[in-house]
Amino acid sequence: MRRFLTAAAVALPMLGFGAGAMAQETVKIGYIDPLSGGGASVGEVGLKTFQYLADQINADGGILGKKVEIVPFDNKTNPQESLIQAQKAADAGIRYITQGNGSAVAAALSGFVTKHNSRNPGKEMLYLNYAAVDPVLTNAKCSYWHFRWDANSDIKMEALTNYIKGVPSIKKVYLINQDYSFGQSVRSEARKMLAAKRPDIKIVGDELHPLLKITDFSPYIAKIKASGADSVVTGNWGQDIALLLKAAADAGLKVNWYTYYSGGAGGPTAIKQAGLDHQVFQITEGIPNAGHKSAVDFEKAFREKTHLSLWYPRAVNQMRMFKAAAEKAKSLDPVKVAAALEGMEIEVLDGGKGTMRKDDHQFLQPIYISSFGSLTDKEPFDEEGTGWGWKLVAKIDTAQATLPTTCKMKRP
Amino acid sequence: MLELIVISTLNGVLFGMLLFLLSSGLTVIFSMMGVLNFAHASFYMLGAFFGYQLTKWIGFWPALIFAPLLVSLIGMAVERYGLRQTHKHGHVAELLLTFGLAFAIEQVVQMIWGKLPMDYRVPAILDFPAFTIFSTNYPAYKMFMLLISVAIFIALLVTLKRTRVGLIVQAALTHPNMVAHLGHNVGRVFMLVFGVGTALAAVAGVIAGPALVTQSDMAALLGPILFVVIVVGGLGSLPGAFVASLLIGLIQTFAVSMNGSLASLFGPLDPSIGPSLLTDIWNVTIAQIAPILPYVLLVLVLIVRPMGLMGTRES
Repeated sequence: MRRFLTAAAVALPMLGFGAGAMAQETVKIGYIDPLSGGGASVGEVGLKTFQYLADQINADGGILGKKVEIVPFDNKTNPQESLIQAQKAADAGIRYITQGNGSAVAAALSGFVTKHNSRNPGKEMLYLNYAAVDPVLTNAKCSYWHFRWDANSDIKMEALTNYIKGVPSIKKVYLINQDYSFGQSVRSEARKMLAAKRPDIKIVGDELHPLLKITDFSPYIAKIKASGADSVVTGNWGQDIALLLKAAADAGLKVNWYTYYSGGAGGPTAIKQAGLDHQVFQITEGIPNAGHKSAVDFEKAFREKTHLSLWYPRAVNQMRMFKAAAEKAKSLDPVKVAAALEGMEIEVLDGGKGTMRKDDHQFLQPIYISSFGSLTDKEPFDEEGTGWGWKLVAKIDTAQATLPTTCKMKRP
Repeated sequence: MLELIVISTLNGVLFGMLLFLLSSGLTVIFSMMGVLNFAHASFYMLGAFFGYQLTKWIGFWPALIFAPLLVSLIGMAVERYGLRQTHKHGHVAELLLTFGLAFAIEQVVQMIWGKLPMDYRVPAILDFPAFTIFSTNYPAYKMFMLLISVAIFIALLVTLKRTRVGLIVQAALTHPNMVAHLGHNVGRVFMLVFGVGTALAAVAGVIAGPALVTQSDMAALLGPILFVVIVVGGLGSLPGAFVASLLIGLIQTFAVSMNGSLASLFGPLDPSIGPSLLTDIWNVTIAQIAPILPYVLLVLVLIVRPMGLMGTRES
């Protein structure tokens, strides 16, 4: 037994050293997202986006002379599986992980890096969150090792309600959301913020339905119609938004849709099929047709190479900022990069300043509201080959898209 | 109120007929062969993807004929080279085969068409509102789905009750061994039946594809509810499946339209109890639990009447 322990004591550091040495040649970023199962269509798009961004950085000489490599890990949108994959990444000497699909997964990963870093000083990992929007991650459950580039769902609702404040034609709002943490937070924030900013608006319906289980939304549409709503606010994503819009168009429901994710894969196709010309609005941190010169060039190059439209402007901000932080710290050590990221300011993809707030590691940036429909000459990009695209409706400045945080950051 | 009842009834019937379209093939296969085909929803998905592809090449109407034919060829091949080999090892082996097949088909579909939804549209000739009731449109395409479902129901019923093939099916339900002993070419009949069953699934796929989302996870989405339909209706009973489809469609739509909860019935809980599991149960609305009601029905039927509403055999 003692001999075994001695052998292990000799061998283990060597293994660790070996992995460390390998990681020196490139900067590896573990991409932990669904690559099989129901979430795969979304995970695939994210992976292609990050690979494109890595290629772009590498073509410019990499980060501090080192090439960036995206290493995919399939988590099947499952928190337990994500922990296994994160451990695999850690074992392979990967110091940076990124993830975006599912806030339950994000919470698990945030907990993982926090624990991992306190137990393995000198081998810290950093978690770069590009899309999980549960506000808790930068509030009650914030972690020093977690950085988020997407606006959290409360901030999006803040921006949306600041827009709704100036649209007097909205009088009766119907809320329909998926029955889980994200959908519930969209619903409660919408109620709270609308009551504060537009007390005259009546909430005529408030629906929660099971996540990704509904095949026929016509009963829900019948209810929306019966309620007399003029606008619907929904955080639905994936097939839940596509089928909802299809059912609405079938029934001839005439309302405006204020959505978080109608631009996701399949959404634009469904809107075009349904013929809802400029009746579906989306709230994002950037749109292809915003008209900012460098963003237009980026979009063109991106589409040419990947045959996708850029669904994650935040991933662009994330990778650019990661590079800038490493260069500012003159190191790829996650501890130094994390310190450099705090409070860092950059020019975001679609123009304007964005700041990584030091208090909670939430990125604050301008937010755009756009509607989907037929395009004019000023909007060059369509979506999914439909001939329709996003048209800018309003830009919400950073100041109008900011909320205080309750995070009490524990710094190492 | 009247408006909600009329519209919910219509929606329920439409959804129920879609369910029947899907479960008819499953029921036919089960009643004839005793095989609970777990891959049935996958054949439905194949039908939708073939339908999409053929629609692009030769148009919707030819696709409606050829996609089910292609799928039934695949189905017959599965029976001939898969199920027939495993048949001698009993039902568990057959079940596992179809179970594995469901995963295999999903992977193949993902490899060929990818994971993103297809742009599969309703044919232009049916793309108009058929009628408007209480200012809600009912698209012609949904009426078309309804018609096809009813037509398939009648055609299958006539075949089962009035033809020689039907006689064998009826006999197989009660005396499966006797039928085999009477010297029918059991192999070929089974192959044809499996082909017809999968073709029915494919018809459902071609028709439902444009109405729902044609995507590689569409099989997983509708698979479970089909088993609810055929168990509630009675395994192997066609009229049972028809009634159960309607029942489930109506239950689900009516439940969605109701907002009542225990809290609205008996008043809110005493706040001194504080938030707990009980307050969650107290405040949940009927609409929220609508999608699980069919499964509750499944459990109830299995306890109270294991042979289903119109089933004849307890298995």
